[in-house]
Amino acid sequence: MAHADKSAPSNPVAAFFKIEGTAIALVFALLVILFMLTAPRAFLGYRVYMSFMANVPPPMIIALGLTLVVVAGEMDLSFPSVVAFASYVFCILYQDYNWTWLALIAALATGTVMGFINGLVVTKLGIPSLIATLAMLFLWGGLLTVISNGASLAIPQIVGDPIQVVFAGRLGPLPVQFFWALGVAVLVWMILNRHRFGESLLFIGDSLKVAKVVGIPIEREKIKLFTLMGLLSAFAGVLLTLETTTYFAQAGMGYLLIVVAAVFIGGTSIFGGSGKIVGTVFGSLIVAIIEAGLVASGVAGFWTRFYIGLVFIVSVTMNAAIEDPDKVPLLKDLRARVKRY
Amino acid sequence: MSSQATSNQATPSTPIVRLENVGKQYGKVVSLKNVTLEIGSNEIVGLIGDNGAGKSTLIKVLTGVEPPSSGTLYVRGQKIDAASYTVKEAHKLRIETVYQDSSLGEKQPLWRNFFVGRPLTNRLGFIDVKAEKRVADQIMRSTIGFRGVGISVDTPVSRLSGGERQGVAIGRAMHFDSDLIVLDEPTVALALKEVQKVLDFIRSIKAGGRSCIYIEHNIHHVHEVCDRLVVMDRGEVALDAPTSSMTYIELTDFLMSLHSRRPAAGASH
Ligand SMILES: Nc1ncnc2c1ncn2[C@@H]1O[C@H](COP(=O)(O)OP(=O)(O)OP(=O)(O)O)[C@@H](O)[C@H]1O
Ligand SMILES: [Mg+2]
Repeated sequence: MAHADKSAPSNPVAAFFKIEGTAIALVFALLVILFMLTAPRAFLGYRVYMSFMANVPPPMIIALGLTLVVVAGEMDLSFPSVVAFASYVFCILYQDYNWTWLALIAALATGTVMGFINGLVVTKLGIPSLIATLAMLFLWGGLLTVISNGASLAIPQIVGDPIQVVFAGRLGPLPVQFFWALGVAVLVWMILNRHRFGESLLFIGDSLKVAKVVGIPIEREKIKLFTLMGLLSAFAGVLLTLETTTYFAQAGMGYLLIVVAAVFIGGTSIFGGSGKIVGTVFGSLIVAIIEAGLVASGVAGFWTRFYIGLVFIVSVTMNAAIEDPDKVPLLKDLRARVKRY
Repeated sequence: MSSQATSNQATPSTPIVRLENVGKQYGKVVSLKNVTLEIGSNEIVGLIGDNGAGKSTLIKVLTGVEPPSSGTLYVRGQKIDAASYTVKEAHKLRIETVYQDSSLGEKQPLWRNFFVGRPLTNRLGFIDVKAEKRVADQIMRSTIGFRGVGISVDTPVSRLSGGERQGVAIGRAMHFDSDLIVLDEPTVALALKEVQKVLDFIRSIKAGGRSCIYIEHNIHHVHEVCDRLVVMDRGEVALDAPTSSMTYIELTDFLMSLHSRRPAAGASH
């Protein structure tokens, strides 16, 4: 029995669910079918999917970055402020100086520097990242309010500009940003599973002591990690701005909880040392489709969070059960009982 | 014999490593006091001493895991800058270590554990997973001799037994084949047959013209394979002598005399 565990699962169904992301993709498919039944008018048409594909990329890109952070056993809660900051930098440079591509570069650079500073605060001051980045969420957010004077910006004239077409245009009916998000997903998957940086993150999250004795430069890799997270958050901020053609200070705040939820719904463990990129992609889709689907089904808005919570619990439990049913005490009990009788 | 030396300054007479008056303190705990020690080329040195004598600490300082609090370290005659000395640097200087505590990532598959820290990558840093798995598989079959039921290169370390883990760590050290191989209690979790394999490995280190530091509580094994014995006692080197100068009985008598001096030292506080 113990030895059977070590070999590849012989059961084809079990083998199927061991493939990264299949289970969570199934949850997503079930939700789509469910909404087709409860809101056929919306979900049998294509429009709801188009607006969905237009809105999901920013939180998905942030969630992809956050997955890497969680793999390393760290947390980053500062991204809403980075999103807003990048959005502001882009908007103001476009509005006041008519910069487009340079504004993009400036916005990405701003996020990268903010991420780098987050990394320094975590590693050099030795503050646990959950706390450090929570502080940075306030700090960056406060700084932005001061700089922007609390104002909001609108840049509707950017529609049709090449930069808007490239990042938020439509390929036929399909929102381009969705392909950017998928591109980021592929890249992040490659980094985590095929690049030496990803391997460093896996071992750092697994055990700092082991990472140290195998010669991983822990501090440097962590700084790189938070820097990358800053860059991705900034990119998300720019995509958001190009889609909505506005900047407002609370722009990123709405993402805070859903991004964290998307990572864990996707099956990445909070204990670090492993991460599921495909899971995060579907986790982001699930969170977004629940929001869209419940509204279309006529469920009162405040039920949305209730259902996200419900799907959250179910998904996380399911992820644990697929890895090892004995990890879920309830299932372990049930299995033991079934065997006894 | 000198053909093994990869460093240009090294001549057969320069020791591979030399510690000079090295001290190490953890807060108020003094783990090493003024340790001066040389490991020559093609030498198997047995490092013995009580629990807590400072053997593992010495190894950690030597291999870049912990910086020394005082003293100097030389590798092939070259002074090492303590501030920039890391495990990575030690690997580059061809020093390989099997640490006493696990140095394997529990959740990671075996193949990653073999190559972590120095993966086979292309110029962009992407890992050649196929090549790593193939080599890891070879190491598992030939060197460690895993006939383990259902263990493959994809098995995570958390599913291995203590001895199997030790085997992976030793297999890794054997693969990277350095000039100095440090083994900190490598036989602890091993069955009799596997212990013989480790002893054979140490003999092959000698035969291959390389050096080894072998930490072991089983005095019999140490006496059997080592050229030189270094006994540590409460952070200091209490004895440093060729194995041929002492019989097994004399050695155990010496170690017992250290034990009997210990309560007296404790009482003087
Ligand atoms: N990280 C640490 N922090 C504080 N004290 C430490 C640390 N590591 C080791 N020590 C202390 O240093 C002393 C030497 O420890 P060390 O691990 O070198 O002993 P050892 O000779 O390897 O013993 P053993 O044979 O049991 O492995 C011990 O008293 C130990 O408590
Ligand atoms: Mg020890």
